[in-house]
Amino acid sequence: MQRSLSILYDRVRWEEKTLLEKAKEKRINVKLIDAKSFPINLTNVNSLEDFGDYVIQRCVGYFRGLHLTAILEAKNLSVVNSFHTSLICGNKLLTTLHLTKANIPTPKTYAAFSTESALDALSEIGYPAISKPIIGSWGRLISLIRDRNGAETVLEHREMMNNSLLKIYYIQEMVRRPPRDIRIIVMDENVVTAIYRSSSSNSWRTNVALGAKVSPCRVNDEIRDLAIRASNAVGGGILAVDAMESKEGILIHEINSTIEFKGASSASKVDIAEEILDYVLQKLKR
Amino acid sequence: MVDCKCPECDGDVDVPDDALDGEIVSCPDCGEEFEISFNEKKELSLKKAEVVAEDWGE
Repeated sequence: MQRSLSILYDRVRWEEKTLLEKAKEKRINVKLIDAKSFPINLTNVNSLEDFGDYVIQRCVGYFRGLHLTAILEAKNLSVVNSFHTSLICGNKLLTTLHLTKANIPTPKTYAAFSTESALDALSEIGYPAISKPIIGSWGRLISLIRDRNGAETVLEHREMMNNSLLKIYYIQEMVRRPPRDIRIIVMDENVVTAIYRSSSSNSWRTNVALGAKVSPCRVNDEIRDLAIRASNAVGGGILAVDAMESKEGILIHEINSTIEFKGASSASKVDIAEEILDYVLQKLKR
Repeated sequence: MVDCKCPECDGDVDVPDDALDGEIVSCPDCGEEFEISFNEKKELSLKKAEVVAEDWGE
């Protein structure tokens, strides 16, 4: 019997279109399901529409995708990425805890739960330091704090934002590195490709969404080993592991679980959409 | 190409023939973004697209 596959989305991006085109090429039957288009009876999840045997969760909204994954797993469906992996990777604080527990080199990071203790954390780490929201992507609200005055300004702005998650402070050392980071695409223990993301001339951040330029990166043993260990640390799945080149070696600072691969595809010879579909087909065979 | 009217400014919004449900198009006149939506009869309409939220991303 042919197994079936669905892609759960809330906004069709380049990645979703590419996955669909590739699936058509490979003659894989894929159902596209808009996460916003139906209500769900939580006391009878089995009444939920037919998602097939395997779901690729591709929502751009983290909380939407995470909660839908919980529901689909309650229906005993296989979802990539799993609720556990999505929960950890979508939250930088939880990611740091899991990386540290697995003895994976990661930047020195503090959490603080008041502006006063955030200032103490910054004193401990030393200026300049980085403040990041624990939830969020694309470099949004990530701040380079150069001194105490800058810290007070950033923290005051955060206090005025009506969002409980922004009252959790995540303060990280400013790692001395080349003006680039490394993005490694890994699927469970298969390192698919890696690229450099070099910051644009007017930003220190290396997000493609902020104009970073991409170029190929050779996967050496250190990168491969750390990417696989990082994947295992968060439960595996289809992941984008972000790394920095410090003087002491590679540091893993972030793992993304609903990967955007338009940038990586332009710098890598690997067909990432095909790799994703092959990964899922392998899972379906089991 | 299907020609639709922008619900915001009445400008002409081009929707590709192979457009997918959920794909985003923007109005060349006012810049507003719309999500393409097909009903059960495959009739096309434009819904105002969601704006970027704090949890959007990877």
